[in-house]
Amino acid sequence: MATIISMYAILAVGLIFSLVKSKEKTKKACKVALKSLLKTAPALLAMLGIVGLILGLLTPEKIASLIGAEAGFFATITAAVIGSLTLIPSLVAFPLAGSLLRSGATVMTISAFITTLVMVGVVTAPMEMKVLGKRFTLLRNGLGIIAALLIAFLMGIIL
Amino acid sequence: MKNILKRFKLPIGVAIVFIALFIFAPETAERSSKVSWEYFLEMIFILPPVFILMGLMEVWLPKDNIQKWLGNDSGFRGGFLSLVLGTLPTGPLYVAFPLAASLLHKGASITNVVIFLGAWAALKIPQLMVEVKFLGWSFAIARFVLTTVALIMMGMFMKAVLRKHPDKKWLENSKGLSD
Repeated sequence: MATIISMYAILAVGLIFSLVKSKEKTKKACKVALKSLLKTAPALLAMLGIVGLILGLLTPEKIASLIGAEAGFFATITAAVIGSLTLIPSLVAFPLAGSLLRSGATVMTISAFITTLVMVGVVTAPMEMKVLGKRFTLLRNGLGIIAALLIAFLMGIIL
Repeated sequence: MKNILKRFKLPIGVAIVFIALFIFAPETAERSSKVSWEYFLEMIFILPPVFILMGLMEVWLPKDNIQKWLGNDSGFRGGFLSLVLGTLPTGPLYVAFPLAASLLHKGASITNVVIFLGAWAALKIPQLMVEVKFLGWSFAIARFVLTTVALIMMGMFMKAVLRKHPDKKWLENSKGLSD
């Protein structure tokens, strides 16, 4: 809710400035907006479907049973895969991660889950490719997985 | 008709999976449709203003200034600015993609755009507060520092790769946007 309000507030300020300065340019901005929105529409539709499919299969309970059950290297890799696949709001993800940590999951595993969750987005990849290009998307997400595993490893040692 | 089918092949594929799921695992299908519906409601409110903002950025952001602040020669200051822009409390990551594309069109460097996106996704201030509450200070600080370092390295590596092997298709597609 707060996101929506702040988004519209920023938009209102921007639009008023734009309209005062030039009606012509504002019109052009709206045209650009519509054009890119239409271009991205198929990717957005796919994203909606994929997020539903994945979260329908991977409920928080299921994730807990997959990551929390066993410790060690395998659990960390599983956590990284789940984190890359899912798109969970942080208000749900952090409490889940906290309870997993208390019930015996390692710091390495939890860090791999959180870091891939925020840095790697399989669900959002179709949209990212549309607006930022295929190469950019594959590189960013691929490097993100590697970085997340390294971060998890280091955090496992430090903490 | 053929063109439309080609453009929508991904959503059509997803729809087919949904139909199969409704036949073979109706309970999962029901849960999935509920999640999709919730995200649909969120996106239908958030995306129109995001795309209009992107349009305004395309029209108004002066190319010279973006190049100076966030371009290839912006150095440490450019990286820092990208990081701060990313951590500001805003929406989910898919909101940032069109804005990041706009910054790239206006001459921001690839390194800085990668830092901006990464900070937006991983280093949000409200998100960090939730993290501290559930995972503790040491976890949050260690993740913040390591992620920042990783983002800078990723950004520099991606800039080097994409300079050598530019994404021609993307460049071609984004050309017509701001004319």
